[in-house]
Amino acid sequence: MSDVIAAALRFAEAVPAPLVWGLGAVLAMLTAGALAALVLPRLRPGVDHGDLRRRVNSWWVMAALLAAALLAGWRATLLLFAVISFLALREFLSLAPIRREDRLIVLLAYLTIPASYALLAADRYGLYLVFIPVWVFLAAPFLMACIGQIRGYLPTAALFHWAMMTCVYNLGFAAYLSRAPADHAPQAGGAGLVFFLLLATEANDVAQYVWGKLIGRRKIVPKVSPNKTWEGFIGGWATTAALIWFAGPLFTPLHGVGLAMVAALLPLAGFAGDVTMSAIKRDLGVKDTSALIPGHGGVLDRVDSLTFTAPLFFHLTVYFCFGETPWP
Amino acid sequence: MALIRLIFILLILRPIARFWTGADVFGRENLPTKGPAIIAANHNSHVDTLLLLTMFPARAVMRLRPAAAADYFLTDPVVGWFSRRLIGIVPIARDRAGTGEDILAPAREALAQGDIIIIFPEGTRGDARDRMGRLKNGVARLAEAFPDAPVAPVWLQGAGRVLPKGAHVPVPMNCTIHVGAPIAWPGDRARLMTALREALDALKAQAPPLRWREDDADGADGAG
Repeated sequence: MSDVIAAALRFAEAVPAPLVWGLGAVLAMLTAGALAALVLPRLRPGVDHGDLRRRVNSWWVMAALLAAALLAGWRATLLLFAVISFLALREFLSLAPIRREDRLIVLLAYLTIPASYALLAADRYGLYLVFIPVWVFLAAPFLMACIGQIRGYLPTAALFHWAMMTCVYNLGFAAYLSRAPADHAPQAGGAGLVFFLLLATEANDVAQYVWGKLIGRRKIVPKVSPNKTWEGFIGGWATTAALIWFAGPLFTPLHGVGLAMVAALLPLAGFAGDVTMSAIKRDLGVKDTSALIPGHGGVLDRVDSLTFTAPLFFHLTVYFCFGETPWP
Repeated sequence: MALIRLIFILLILRPIARFWTGADVFGRENLPTKGPAIIAANHNSHVDTLLLLTMFPARAVMRLRPAAAADYFLTDPVVGWFSRRLIGIVPIARDRAGTGEDILAPAREALAQGDIIIIFPEGTRGDARDRMGRLKNGVARLAEAFPDAPVAPVWLQGAGRVLPKGAHVPVPMNCTIHVGAPIAWPGDRARLMTALREALDALKAQAPPLRWREDDADGADGAG
C-alpha cells in the first residue's frame, strides 16, 4: 500500500509545476462553465439551455482525456492523437464525395495513421516529414491508376491527399511536441508544449466566438461563415496574442521575436483552419461533420483550427528555439 | 446463453460499431424499448443489423429479434449458430413465400412473447445507392396481427459504404440512424405501407450526404 502511495508521489513530483498550474486553471474554467450551465436556466427560465449544458459536459470529457494522456506521458499522448486522427479522417472521408471504387484507397488512407504515428513514436522525424507529403503523395495516385480508376481522377486524388495532410500529418505535429526532451523544453517538458498549443488554439476559438457575440457587426466571410465578424476576429486575435505573449514563456522556450511571431500568427492560423473547414462543410451542405461530441458536433468540427495551428506552432518553435531541426 | 448474447452485443458489437461507424442516432426518443413492437428499416448492408442491435438501451437488447432470410443465414451451420444464438434472428423462409405456408409464423410468435421485431421490408439488401427498393407488405401483415404494436420507421444512412453487398472487408465510415415517430395501426395494410414509405422518405431527406457520389453517366438518380 505504501508502495502505491510512494509511486503516486514520485509520479506527482515528476509532473512539471507549470503543467499542474495550467491544468488547475483549466479545471477552474470548466467549473465556472458548469456553474454557468447550472445557474443560467434559473436566471432565465423558458430559454432552452440544454445545448450549453451538453457543450460544457463535453468540454469536461475532452479536458479529462487530454489531461490524462499528457500526465501519462508521450506514448499515451501519441495514442490519443492517433485516435483523434482516425475519427477526424473517418468523418472527412465519410462526407467527401467519393465513389464506390474508392473503397480500397479509403482503407489505405486509414493505414497512414499507424504508419505516421509509428514514425513519431520511433522519433524518425525526417521520415515523418516526407512520408505523407512525398511517398503517399506519389503512391496513392499511382495505385488509383493501377486499379483503373480514371473517372474524376484528379479531384479524387487531391481529395485524399488533402484529407491525409490535414487529419493525419498536421495533427501529428501536435502529438510529436510531447516527445520534446526536457533539455529542449525545460519550462514544462514536451507535455507543456502540447498543453500550451491546445490551450492557445481552443482559447482562440472561444475568444473569437465570445467577442463576435458581444460586439460583432461586420461580417468577415459572409459566403463561408455568416456568423463570423471582423469584431470577433480582431477581438479573438488580440485576446489570444496577449495570452500567448504572457503565458507562452511559462510553458515553452519561446521568447523575443519567436514568441511575438507565434502570438501574431497562431490566432490567424486558427481562424484559417476554422474557415477552411467551414468552406468544405458548406460545399457538402452539412452543418456538423458528425454528432460524436454532444453540443460541439464532430471531432473534425472541434479540431479544425488545430489542423492549421499545430504545424505552425511546431515549426515556429523549432525554428526559433532549436535551430533548423528538432531534437532527434 | 441469453447472458452471453447480452454481453456479446453490449461489450463487443457496440464498441466495434461505434469505433467503425460512429453510429450517430437521431430521434432516439422515438425508439420503442418495450415489446411487442416492430422496427422497419431500409437495407443496404449486413452492417444495418449491427447498427440496429447496438443502438438500443441494455434493457431492450434481450427483446430484439431481427427477421432474417432463412435461405441465406441458416444454410451454413456455423453462420446459422451465430445468427440464431448471438444475433437472435427470427428466420423467414423467403423461398417458400407464396406456397401457402405461413412464413411469418416465427415472427408472430416472437411478437406474442413481447419481443421487438426488426424487419427490412425491402426483403433484401439494396445496391448501396441508398435508393429504397419496393417494400414488401409482410410488415403490414405483422402489424395487422398485433395492432397495439407500434411500427417505428428507421432510416440507416452510410452502412452500404462500410460493407456493400458482395464486399468482404468493412471500411470505417460514418453511419447515421434516423428514427421516426412510431406509426400506429391505421386500420388496413395499404394505409400502413403508404405511411411507412412516406416516413422513410422523410427520414432519408434529413440524413447527411453519407453516400457514394455517382457520376452523371450512370443516371444515378434518374430512376428515383
